[in-house]
Amino acid sequence: MFRRVLGKTLGFVGYTIQYGCIAHCAFEYIGEFVVCSGPSMEPTIINHDVVFSERMSRHLCKIQKGDIVIAKSPYDPNMNICKRVIGLEGDKVCTSSPSDLFKTHTYVPKGHVWLEGDNLRNSTDSRSYGPIPYALIRGRVCLKSLAAVRGVLGHSFLRSVIFFTFHAILPLALTLTDGA
Amino acid sequence: MVLIMLIATLYSPLSSFLMAQQTTAGRRYLRAFVSGFFVAVPVTVTVLDRFAYVARVEGASMQPFFNPEGGLKSDIVLLNRWSVRNYQVQRGDIVSIVSPKNPQQKIIKRVIGLEGDFIRTLGYKNQYVRVPDGHFWIEGDHHGHSLDSNSFGPVSVGLLHGRASHIIWPPSRWQQIKPSLPPNRGPLDTKEEEG
Repeated sequence: MFRRVLGKTLGFVGYTIQYGCIAHCAFEYIGEFVVCSGPSMEPTIINHDVVFSERMSRHLCKIQKGDIVIAKSPYDPNMNICKRVIGLEGDKVCTSSPSDLFKTHTYVPKGHVWLEGDNLRNSTDSRSYGPIPYALIRGRVCLKSLAAVRGVLGHSFLRSVIFFTFHAILPLALTLTDGA
Repeated sequence: MVLIMLIATLYSPLSSFLMAQQTTAGRRYLRAFVSGFFVAVPVTVTVLDRFAYVARVEGASMQPFFNPEGGLKSDIVLLNRWSVRNYQVQRGDIVSIVSPKNPQQKIIKRVIGLEGDFIRTLGYKNQYVRVPDGHFWIEGDHHGHSLDSNSFGPVSVGLLHGRASHIIWPPSRWQQIKPSLPPNRGPLDTKEEEG
């Protein structure tokens, strides 16, 4: 009797470990859901939006200009930031604000990326802390929840399906830097 | 790491094969292989990502602590990834980080200063540096032969990969690695007057 209980417990523990490891691999190598807060990516991503960020591009080094990425903050590794990639290594980026008379440019160093939020007036990004190392990037945002029924946890099955339907975020053409 | 995964993939179907029953031998082996594969690979990957990692130290940047003879004999170290899950490091620890210059390479160096410390640099563009928040200053023991913070500046703590806790090969060099700062390489005490 005792041996049967022990056997069942060990089996349960074994299954938990196995599924825990599969979950870790899924979150680490496939993708995860992220809740974004803050106004720095409006109007693309609004405060409290749920997005899905996929990890494969980051591991295969296929992040491109124009992608929205989730990265670890360079000043606090426990905080994550969500910004758009404006420049990859070797690119020339404009560091002056549009109101400056003289435009200053800088080159993104090797192994780094330049991030900026879409809401340029209300975003702390590479314009204040400089380019960040590529390895701080965690994933690329590819899907965003439909905002229309956000926050409505309906009773019907159909409403919950609409709530969890995502639409793809395509990398937008860069119109953010001044054309000069 | 690929070697470890290969060994895990071959070992597990053998053990699950012993527990399979009925049907033809070929179908039995295939089923055992598939179920063993789906157990072994996620477990191995999780252990390597979260708990411990084994790596060979290459290069001369940490002589004489690692690779004291140089040449063909490289030390193999055990990296503890569980102890750095909250990004806690001490001065004098030997850590491995993802290189800020090349995201596919890992480098192993000693932590000299943490956030808020003042460091007197060797060959950096500024002679004195205050390490910013969320960053740390790393240096190789073999100054001059080392690509470290003296070249690329303070490093963000988010790049931390693991802490070297033991040297496990060659057997004559088995030892636990204890944190120790090299002489004259430490954060400047704000009370002392440096000449």
